[in-house]
Formats: sequence, structure tokens, C-alpha cells
Amino acid sequence: MGEVSRFWRESAHRYRLVAHKCGNCERTFFPPRDVCPICHRESVGKMKEVDLSGKGVIESFTVIHEVPSPFVRQRPYILAIIKLDEGPSLTAQIVDADPGEVEMGKRVSAVFRKIAQQGSAGIIQYGYKFVLA
Amino acid sequence: MSDVYIVGAGETKFGELWERSLRELAVEAGLRAIENAGVYSRDVQVLYGSNSLAGIINGQENIGALLSDFSGIAENNIPAIRIEASTASGGAAVRQAYLAVKSGEYDLVMVGGVEKMTDVFGTELIDLTSSVLDREWEAFFGATPAALAAISARKYMSDFNVEKDALAMMSVNDHLNASKNPDAQYKNKLTLEQALNSVSVAEPLNMMDCSPVSDGAAAVLVASENYVKKHKLDGVKILSSADAQDYLALHSRKSLYTLESAKVASRKALERAKIKIDDVSFAEIHDSYSIYGLMELEDLGFAQKGMAKELVYEDIKLNGRIPINPSGGLKAKGNPLGATGVGQFVEAYRQLKEKAGERQVKDPRYAMLHNMGGTGSMSVVHIVGGE
Ligand SMILES: [Zn+2]
Repeated sequence: MGEVSRFWRESAHRYRLVAHKCGNCERTFFPPRDVCPICHRESVGKMKEVDLSGKGVIESFTVIHEVPSPFVRQRPYILAIIKLDEGPSLTAQIVDADPGEVEMGKRVSAVFRKIAQQGSAGIIQYGYKFVLA
Repeated sequence: MSDVYIVGAGETKFGELWERSLRELAVEAGLRAIENAGVYSRDVQVLYGSNSLAGIINGQENIGALLSDFSGIAENNIPAIRIEASTASGGAAVRQAYLAVKSGEYDLVMVGGVEKMTDVFGTELIDLTSSVLDREWEAFFGATPAALAAISARKYMSDFNVEKDALAMMSVNDHLNASKNPDAQYKNKLTLEQALNSVSVAEPLNMMDCSPVSDGAAAVLVASENYVKKHKLDGVKILSSADAQDYLALHSRKSLYTLESAKVASRKALERAKIKIDDVSFAEIHDSYSIYGLMELEDLGFAQKGMAKELVYEDIKLNGRIPINPSGGLKAKGNPLGATGVGQFVEAYRQLKEKAGERQVKDPRYAMLHNMGGTGSMSVVHIVGGE
């Protein structure tokens, strides 16, 4: 039961790529956070939800061969850190591409996919992955 | 405030110790430290147990009580607390002991670090060790510690024009030193060729770029100046202690290859010790992945950013300008998470007392010890030695 609630809690932000923007310094944060690490208490109550475009650039990536248990069926897969056009970076898989096509600096865009089968209950989780733009 | 000394140190062999339990390992290391110091366990005033993942790997929490009970000191009602700072738990626990003694509250503190990793294996263990990352925003999407190290490595190699050889040399150096350490997990020397041709874990990192799965325990006794004098003990001074934090997730940091936590903690540690980086005789660094070894050489202050490649072929050797990981490091001595940082003190103690045998660093004066949590979310740096 604990596993179910843990994964539902964050799902809206994962499904829609919703970030938080600080009303004090205008910086955008993803994953969302309730306190701006620059403005601290000046930001309290001023963090507003904003939609991200889902477009960005590959900062760096890897092809994972030694995978964790929820991802055995996907082995090997490409994992990247992507810098979004709105500023923040995130960690996500790159799919529908051969490792040979993936390069640092290439543009990517978000798609909504199945992520993995989590935990002993085998709950299927969904979220963002990225494809080459 | 009191000066702080290590007065005894002991550890188990590191490795895949299938037949040994968490509590057996911890007790063995603790007893060795007690025997080494020549004190009695009932003299210990508080026990700090460091451990990273026993809750999910072994299904055992309440580690402080477990260690206190089976080391026999629960009988004496000596308090015991677990210190957890992910893979920096060991360094963090020694720092708590340092602060406790320095404040005057305690005169003799036991630090015992232990990890029993081989109770789980394969893809399951990779999932559990990924809990040192941000579970919701990194591991959820398939990130592992190795994968994030690999992401740092690719960007680093590209931006600074560094070849795979330079990374592999960290592992080659670790294995060579470990071949002279009876406590090490691996005794085999590793050639550059073997390192480069090992199987891929997360490109561009191979198996020989990654620290192994290890069981093991390490313990040190930390004492006040008064205690050392009163009992005529022969200690090694902890000259300074510092720690620093960075964002939990790699994607939230300013750079994919700069360890801000290591930069800040090492600067503070050097400043507090009133020494310069050039005064350091040798260092034990947290090279859980070969790329971290290079990043740390830079961020701890031994090289400019992007220039560690100039140190890894000669300078870091046991007889080089700045010997790195005389113990064999995380790659070859082994990396039993919660014990790793305490094990660095065991090595420093032996080196500074010139009792490190075949791997003895020549005329050591100051050791820098760097223990890191996660992918760099925390660093603990100590300077040991002097006077
Ligand atoms: Zn702000």
C-alpha cells in the first residue's frame, strides 16, 4: 500500500511536466520544490506551478547495461540528463533511438510512456521519457 | 577545547564474506580496535555505529542497539547511536566522535562502521543501492549510482579531452596498492588493458571503473588529550574535520563534474588544520567510480579542473608525489558503504604510525581523508597527523 501512495503522490508533476516558479526571483525549478534555494523564506507561498514545454538539450547520457530490478526488460537503455529550455535539468530515458544516434547537445522532446514495473506488487508506472527532436 | 586522537584502529577483511553476519563483522572490527588501543570496551563512553543500507539490505534497523548489544557494552548501559549519511556514514560518524570529544562531553568514543551487502545480489541489489539517489526523480527513471557516474564521465571526458586510459589508471593504482594490503578485497594487480576491456556497466564505465559489492567492518577509538596522557596511549591526532552538502540529485547541481561538497569540505579542513594542500603526504579518496577519483583530485585541490589526467600515471603511485589510496581505495580494498569511511581512518592510523608494511608511504606527516555520500551530495574531509 505504501508503494502505491508513494508513486501516486508525484504523478501529476510527472504526467504533465509541471515545475515550480519562484515568485521572488522568477527562477524555475524542476522537480518542483516548495522553497526556493536562492530566496529561502522570501519564497514561501510564492512558488507557482508552471507548465514546461518538454523541450530541451542532452547535457550528457549513458547506456546502462547493469540495470536495477524494475528495468530488466528494458536492458540496455539510454539514460540522460536533459537541460530544459526553461532552465532546469532532469534525469530521463531517451527512447526510440539507437545509442549511436544520441549525442550531447542534441535536442529532445518529452513523450509520455510506461517507465517500469515497480515493487513486489508489480505496479506499472508512467511518466516522461524523451525522443530525439 | 581538547585535541582529539585516534588511539586504536581495527578492521575485518573486506570482501564477499558470505559466511559472516552483520553483527559478527562489526564485533570483530570493534574488538580489534579495542585490543589495538589497549583499552577495555567498558571504558568506551559512547558508540557511534555507521551504516548505510542495513534497513533495506538486511532488514535490520536499530543498528546502534545491535552493535552495543553484541559488542557486550549494553550490559554497561553505554549509549549507542547509528550515524547515517549514505555512503559518507563512516566519515560522518568519525566527525561526530571528533565533535563529542572536542566539546569535552566524552573522553573515549568508539566508532564502528559496518555493511553487509551480499545478503542481496544482482539487479535487486542495484535497485537497493540506488536508494542513495533521489528515488522519485532519479532512480524512478532508471538511474543507478553507476549510471550517474557515467553521465558525469562522458561530459568530463568530452569537455577536457580526457581518454578512458586516465580513468582506468585510478583502478590500476588501487589494485596495485591493494595487492599489498592483507585486508583488501582484491589482491590481483590490474593491467590497463584488463581495465579497458572489462564488461560495460554504464557506458563509458566498465566493471573495472566501479567499486565492488563488499562486506566489511572497520572501527576506531577516538580519545581526548587528557585520556591519552592519563593512560599513556600512543595516538594519531585528528587535526581537523569538516563536512559540506550539495544538492541530492546530480541534475540539480551547477556542474555534472564538479563536486562542490568536496571543494567546500576540503577547503574548510585545510584551513582548520592550518596546512596547505601541498603539505598533505597522502590521501584516501572516495573513488567509488574511477571518474570520481579524477574529479576528487581536482575538487580536493590536488589539480586544476580537467587536469587530474596529469597526475594519474605517476604522481598518485605509492612512491609518487602525492600517493593516492595506499589502502587500495574503494575499487580494490573494497567499498562496504558504512565501513568505507572508517576504514580510511584505519589506513591513515597505520600509515602515520609507519606500520603499513609493504604499502608504507615514505615519511608521512599529514593524511587527507575524503568520504562522499551518493553522487556527491555530501563530503566529509579530515586531516589526520602532525606534531
Ligand atoms: Zn527565488
